Amino acid sequence: MAVKDLSKVQEQELQFGKGRSPFQDAVREFRRNKIAVAGLIFVLIVVIMAIFAPVFTPYDYAQQNLSQSRARPMTGYNITTDYAEKYCHWYNTPLEWGCTIFFFGSDPLGRDLWSRVVYGARVSLSVALIASTVSIIIGTVYGTISGYVGGKVDDIMMRIVDFLYAIPLLPIIILMTVYFKALARQGVTTGFMGTLIVLNKATGGLLFVFIAIGALNWIGMARLARGQVLSYKQKEFVEAARALGGTHTHIIFKHLIPNVLGPLLIAESMAIPGYIFLEAALSFIGLGVDPPTPSWGAMINEGYAGFRSKPWLVLLPGSALALLTLAFNFMGDGLRDAFDTRLRGRK
Amino acid sequence: MLKYIIRRTLVAIPVIFLMVLVTFVLVQAMPGGPFDNVGTKAMPEQMRLLLERRYGLDKPLYEQFFQYTWNLLRGDFGPMLRQPGRTVNDIIADTFPVSIQLGMMSVLLGFVLGIPLGIIAALFHNTVIDYTATFLAVIGVSVPSLVLGPVLIYTFGVKYQILPIAFWGAKPPFFLGIFPPLTKDFFLHAIMPVFTLGTGMAAGIARLTRAGLLEVLSSDYIRTARAKGLRERTVIVVHALKNSLIPVATILGPLLAGAVTGSFITEQIFAINGMGRRFVNSISEREYFLQTSLVLLYGILLVFGNLLVDIIYAWLDPRIRYD
Repeated sequence: MAVKDLSKVQEQELQFGKGRSPFQDAVREFRRNKIAVAGLIFVLIVVIMAIFAPVFTPYDYAQQNLSQSRARPMTGYNITTDYAEKYCHWYNTPLEWGCTIFFFGSDPLGRDLWSRVVYGARVSLSVALIASTVSIIIGTVYGTISGYVGGKVDDIMMRIVDFLYAIPLLPIIILMTVYFKALARQGVTTGFMGTLIVLNKATGGLLFVFIAIGALNWIGMARLARGQVLSYKQKEFVEAARALGGTHTHIIFKHLIPNVLGPLLIAESMAIPGYIFLEAALSFIGLGVDPPTPSWGAMINEGYAGFRSKPWLVLLPGSALALLTLAFNFMGDGLRDAFDTRLRGRK
Repeated sequence: MLKYIIRRTLVAIPVIFLMVLVTFVLVQAMPGGPFDNVGTKAMPEQMRLLLERRYGLDKPLYEQFFQYTWNLLRGDFGPMLRQPGRTVNDIIADTFPVSIQLGMMSVLLGFVLGIPLGIIAALFHNTVIDYTATFLAVIGVSVPSLVLGPVLIYTFGVKYQILPIAFWGAKPPFFLGIFPPLTKDFFLHAIMPVFTLGTGMAAGIARLTRAGLLEVLSSDYIRTARAKGLRERTVIVVHALKNSLIPVATILGPLLAGAVTGSFITEQIFAINGMGRRFVNSISEREYFLQTSLVLLYGILLVFGNLLVDIIYAWLDPRIRYD
């Protein structure tokens, strides 16, 4: 085994000699990882379907049709042409036949489950995108300041992080979300809270989810960023920049953050499945999106009451959730393996 | 070591105090109160005031808080506001052991499944066995309990009807307040919830064990051990295994926290009367003392979990000294 490993290392060293950038190397490594590429392709397909959801679904996610409630998957609508003309996105297109079939069945309110699952991808993906952006921005800023300034500031900032690490944040965040939602129900529209509540309403309840997930996850990013900054701060190139008279802003933005960002992005891509799951979990216990916004977690919750006789109401959104997290996991693993040079040559 | 444990516990006290303060203020700041309604009707103003005075809710917030913490020190978590005659202590005595049983069994399953799987994958590195194990681990990590629970219920509860689909198989009072009766009923009820909560843990542990063992196996001292002519089994069991578990210890903390938070979902899915379900169900109620006390308990659990991780760390890696 040892001998085999050695030859592999040599082979790789020879390849390095051909003069490709580390980034090209990483891309090459990633493309060799078929499962990771499959994950990426799946995620891209879901992204496209989510962006162009009206094209891929016959009905609007909130369109109720009480006479057609709880239909089995792949069974037909019994609808009038008037209804189809009014509500079906696919009317007068080659896909018109799809207006009369529930691909995934329908929920107790007669809403087309396929449409809801596709629109539900929007919620999961926007959580993946925005929650990770928010936590990476807050984490990088906080960690970079803490690590770069050092001394007393660093001490105090890290004490705060330690404090947040030592307490069970999720229950407290849940209580905070309850507090926000109670205020929203009261119809507060003035002041800072009012602005948040109006924005939350405009996003279908997603804003509070973003805040909750961001608040939970920036801490790890801040620690990671600080550690990176501390190690790069002592490196020669930073010293050289300082010797050449570079300002703090210049050093931070031109030299530190570009180096710090890589590991953070990798860590973030590994964390995305957790964000998606957290959103689903919050929606499942009724603290996520507001109805009728379709979130997979909320759909599982809605279908759960009739689970024994109508399992597809739970299993189909559940499968969508599991497949998307699986794809993100494969992609994240592949990215880590490809970009983490420390691991290269071992796998 | 003992000094370290004592110091850590002492440091945790102000942290927990602060946390309780924040939670107490937060739950009281929520609009609405516990005595807004009788059934579906609005409660008469006079009655509400009387009830609030009865539970001391008419006093200023700081006075209430000092009363609450003073009672806490005497082991009294306060009254239940919407269930007359019951105290938070009663609720905790009912739900806390159940959650602990579920959590501990899941963590145990995580280790029992995860460590061997990770070891096997690392020993057969880059073979079909390794790929299968890694693939299984990624699937295990990816399938959320929110999905796994219903799938298990559908398969084993609804379709084949071999396992009970809900509730916990043991009721309080428990032996020594925490140990469940070892009956068949208990284990049958426990199988699905424990797998729901434990599969993800097992998969995470397997991945870390694999990575840790691979790292250790390529280190110099293992080469030395092999060069000395030791048997492969000795090399793995005596030299490599303990060190390869150090990364696993790092996720023990998040794991215990996950056992707590994961119980929010798992207990909800299986209608298990544990702390997580109680906490989730109290969301729309204004049970001030129950909510604060549950957060306090989670805090204490987390502190002890983290302490345990540090102790295990020191045992696994003697270079680590706490003083």
